[in-house]
This record gives sequence, C-alpha cells and structure tokens, in this order.
Amino acid sequence: MEPILARHRATQDSLLPILHDVQAEFGHISEDAIRTIAEALNLTRAEVYGVVSFYHDFRSQPDPRPAIKICRAEACQARGIEALMPAIEAAAGARVRVETTYCLGLCSVGPAAMIGKDVHARLTEGSVGDLVNSL
Amino acid sequence: MTDPATGQPKITVRISDDAAALACGADAVAAAFVKAGCEVQRVSSWGMHWLEPLAEISGIGFGPITAADVPDILDGKGDAVCIGPVAAHPFITRQQRLTFARAGKTRPLSLEDYSATGGWDGLEKARSMGPQAIVQTVIDSGLRGRGGAGFPAGIKWRTVAAATGTQKYIVCNADEGDSGTFADRMVMEGDPFMLIEGMAIAAHAVGAGKGYVYIRSEYPHAIAKMQAAIAACRDRIAPFEIEVRVGAGAYVCGEETSLLNSLEGKRGEVRAKPPLPALQGLFGQPTVVNNVLTLAAVPWILSHGGAAYADYGMGRSLGTMPVQLAGNIKHGGLFEIAFGVTLGELVNDIGGGTASGRPVKAVQVGGPLGAYIPPEQFDLPFDYEAFAAADALIGHAGITVFDDTVQMAAMARFAMQFCAVESCGKCTPCRLGSTRGIETIDRIIAGENIADNVELIRDLSETMKFGSLCALGGFTPYPVMSAINHWPEDFGLPVRLAAE
Ligand SMILES: Cc1cc2nc3c(=O)[nH]c(=O)nc-3n(C[C@H](O)[C@H](O)[C@H](O)COP(=O)(O)O)c2cc1C
Ligand code: FES
Repeated sequence: MEPILARHRATQDSLLPILHDVQAEFGHISEDAIRTIAEALNLTRAEVYGVVSFYHDFRSQPDPRPAIKICRAEACQARGIEALMPAIEAAAGARVRVETTYCLGLCSVGPAAMIGKDVHARLTEGSVGDLVNSL
Repeated sequence: MTDPATGQPKITVRISDDAAALACGADAVAAAFVKAGCEVQRVSSWGMHWLEPLAEISGIGFGPITAADVPDILDGKGDAVCIGPVAAHPFITRQQRLTFARAGKTRPLSLEDYSATGGWDGLEKARSMGPQAIVQTVIDSGLRGRGGAGFPAGIKWRTVAAATGTQKYIVCNADEGDSGTFADRMVMEGDPFMLIEGMAIAAHAVGAGKGYVYIRSEYPHAIAKMQAAIAACRDRIAPFEIEVRVGAGAYVCGEETSLLNSLEGKRGEVRAKPPLPALQGLFGQPTVVNNVLTLAAVPWILSHGGAAYADYGMGRSLGTMPVQLAGNIKHGGLFEIAFGVTLGELVNDIGGGTASGRPVKAVQVGGPLGAYIPPEQFDLPFDYEAFAAADALIGHAGITVFDDTVQMAAMARFAMQFCAVESCGKCTPCRLGSTRGIETIDRIIAGENIADNVELIRDLSETMKFGSLCALGGFTPYPVMSAINHWPEDFGLPVRLAAE
C-alpha cells in the first residue's frame, strides 16, 4: 500500500486512481486497504467503501481465477453474442470468471471480448472457446 | 529505408494500431510483414472496419487479411484481397471528413505527421485572436455538443468565460459508454493531438488552467495513447495542463455531473441542476464539459473559420457528424458526413444492409437510451430537430443495425435491465421504475394480461421520463416505447394497436 499511496496526492480526488492501483496490484480492495486509504485521505471508511461499491471495476472479494470480459451490449447482441454464451459458459466452467461488460467500442466487428488489455473481435464459437481455454 | 541484406529499398506497409484493427488481428499481420523484410508503419484506422486488418502498400489496400496472405501479397498475387487505392474507395470518397481528415493517413503519436497535416494551426490562430473572438468563432460555426444533448458549444464556452472562479477547468468527456459508438475511441487512438489541441483552444477561450480527459476503463489503448500524446506535447500547450483520469466501469459516469463527482473521488451520483457545471462544476469552479468529438471539431473550426464549418449541414444541425455504423451491418465503421443525410442512405447505401444478408428489422440510433426505428422511417434526415420530432434521438450518432431475427420485446427488456444495472440509485423513477419495468415486460413475454401490462409500461415510462434526475431514467422509455409502438406483434399485441 505504501508505494501506491506515495504515488498520489493525499486528496480525495486521488481516490479513484488509488483504488485502480490497489485493484491492479492486489486483485481486490480489502477492508484493510479501505482503512489505510481512508486514513491517508482523511475520509471515513464508509466514504471509501461507498465509492468502492459504486463502481463495477472494483471488487471487495479476491477472485484469483483468470477472467474474460464479454460484451453483451446491443451491437454485440445484434452480431450474435447471446448465441455464443452457452459455449462460453461451458468452456469456462468454474475455472474461468466470465464477466459481462457493456460495450468495448468494437461494435462494428463484434461479438467482442477483452482479456486484460487485449481485445478480440469477430468471435465465433470456436475462437471464443479457444480464448477461454488459453487462459 | 533499405534492406541491409539486399541493398534494395524496403517496402513500406501501413497497418492500423487502432483497437478495432488489433482485435481483428492486426499485430499478427504486421509481424508477418516485418518478418518478410518490410518496413511497417502503424497508422490510424481508415474506419472501414469490415476490411480490418487492412494493409496499405503504396496507396493500395489489402483487407481483410491474415498473416497467411502476406507472402502472396508481396509476390503480387494478392488480387483476391486487394481493394484497390484505399483513398479512392467509395466508402471514403462519399464522406466529408473534417474531424477524421487524418484517419488512415498519419501515425497517431507522430508530432511530425501532425504538424505536416495542419496540426496546431487552430491553436496558433486562437492565440492570435483572443478569447472573445474564439468563442464567437465557435458560436458562428453552429457546433453543438456531440455527446448527446446537442447544446451549442460556443454558448457553453461563453458562460464559462464570463464566470468567475479561482480556477477554471476543461473536462473532456471520453466515457463513451453507448453501445454502437466508437468515434471518441478512434479520435483518441488515431489522432490524440487533435483532441489535445481542441482542449487547449477551449482553455484559451475561457481562461482555464487545467484540463482532464475522463476515459472509460474499457479503453486501455485510448488511455495509453492519450497519456503518451499529452507527455509529448506538454510544452506546446503550456501553461495549460492536461491529466488523464480513468473511469471505473459505470455507464452513468458519462453524465456530466456524475462524471464530475467521479473526478472528485466520489460515488458517481448525478447532481441536481442547477447549478450548471459551467458555473459550478469541478470542485465548485466554472467548468467546460464537452464530448471528445465536440472538442476534436474545434481545431478545424479555428483554422478554417466558423462560417466554413456552418456551410455543412442543415437547419440548426450544422457541420459534420462522425456517424458510427455498427451491429449487424455489412460495411461497419466510421462515416463522417454533413448533417442531413438520411438514415436509409447510411444503413442501406453506405452500410450495405445487414452483415447476415437478412432483411433489416430495426436500427437503434443514439445508444442504449435511443429509440428503435423501423425501415419505414428510413427517410428521416440526420438532424437533431427531425429526430426529436420523430420521438428519437441522434445522441452520439451510433447506428446499431438488427436483422429480422431480433425480438423487440427482448430488446425492450434489455433497455430496462441496462437502466437497472447502471442506475446511480439517486432517484426513484430510474432505480425502481426500471426494476418494475423488467418484471412487467417479463409478464408480457409470458403472455400474462398483455394489454394491461403494456398500459402499465406506458404509465411507468411517463413517470421515468418526467421524474428522473437525468437522461438515464429519463430516456430509457425511448427504446422501450419505440419497440412497443413499432413492433406490437413482438409483444403479443394485435398489429392494429400500433396506430393508436
Ligand atoms: C446516462 C448518461 C450517459 C452519458 N454518457 C455520455 C458519454 O459517455 N459521453 C459524453 O460525451 N456525454 C455523455 N452524456 C452527456 C453528458 O451529460 C453531457 O451532455 C456532455 O458531456 C456534454 O458535452 P457536449 O455538449 O460536448 O455533448 C451522458 C448523459 C447521460 C444522461
Ligand atoms: S456493443 Fe459490444 S463492443 Fe460495443
């Protein structure tokens, strides 16, 4: 936590950048992290917790499984993502976390998915199955 | 560049490094050309996404290709994937590219390319003319906010310029959450200096010292390019400073007051208006909040004049709109054209109809809060007022095409579900109305008391429309009611009810 806090100003507007760093470093934002951040920024724990719980990107529980983000917004629906979901769920099983996201800005070449920072488009049952299996 | 082995000049191949190209496999294609001894330049995308990955050699395009096509192309046997001269492709020649003039042509992070193509001309001009004249030029251009509401940009700037505060801010809204849109992403990844220049001009016009670009976390490539671009041109825009801030997966943070709360490190809840952000925005100070496309249009307007921009378009919708063709469409991508083009021209003539080859059943314009429009209304011109009169919105100008396999009751349910998932929770009509909406549509889909339940949805829609704090709850009725009104049969209603 120390190096992360040292990278940012100790003001409330640093809260999201700090939470992003904590999430990236530890995979979730723990009770302990919330307490430390609250002290550093002179906020209440409830205030920090309120922010953590508001945003979809922040997790309060660890989940070490590899993850794939699948876009299930309108344009990817129009290009057939829903028909691929059973195959994706089957390939993922309990081993891979399948997250829903609404739009990756790849709406002309969907169905689209993201793994970490890597983007994938024109998914088919075969290609998305391979992606999940490669995780 | 020459090849050290042969002494022959290396062949230069241009391939985009835009996220859409990457997602379609551009890196593997680029690596194959490098391996074959070519010099590869990574450029912005032309916006012809169905052709990505697209490789350009001496102006001739090949796409969509994979690494396996590379040897044939280099052997002069690439006819099957050759599209001819890229710049002469009808999808490009039919456009009026002002904001996307550099698309496909320059290396996104090359200051050299940027300067050589008119970059910084607008800022130089702005610095020579003074704040009031800049604001007047933007007012004269007729430029309206491209983020959805269509508010005149110059008027907003005038308000901020006249306001007093210890510090003023320029906030660029790059949250681009609407499904069916990617123009902001393409600007940030393909021509980041143009956006920075637009922000610097805005700062000069209103007297702002600091700017933020709030980019959604789903756009890691745009974030990286913007950070690199800002670092590369720091001196050019000084003393104005820009910082990138990353969203955290909340659609509602695209709403400007929610975005400001998020920048301040708070829950992204919507603020009641007034006060307007122009007067009391970020940290309570006068703030310009503009969409990426609004700010990106400004350098062209400054260097060519407000009147030149206003020459494009119709009525009170002036200039050009970077339209995004998405969903089940044959020729998807970025199509910038003056306002006034009809929906049918965009979907059928330019977009080539559906990718599946089946008939078009519906298009949704303006993202998840936009209406579904049937082909019978394809003569609708792209014009803010014409769309409003048809109970539809242009929004961020994303057009999502659906073929005849779509079930409109399912899409209406999705609209309510999206609103429920993304509601900031501050107002009841949005938070609870959307959940009631899902339950009620589920009953309709199950065939229970259809007529009564549809009436219930109509009432609920009215409540959400007029009682919500922002357009998330306020506009969700657009996709829902347009689906019911245009496709009553998909809800188990007799077609006849549609006319009522
Ligand atoms: C739920 C909701 C989401 C929005 N999302 C965006 C967005 O992602 N990008 C954007 O520029 N404007 C978005 N807006 C519109 C903004 O509130 C605001 O009107 C806009 O940033 C002003 O800039 P402009 O005048 O240049 O369009 C959204 C509005 C609502 C109600
Ligand atoms: S809707 Fe899936 S990427 Fe935009």
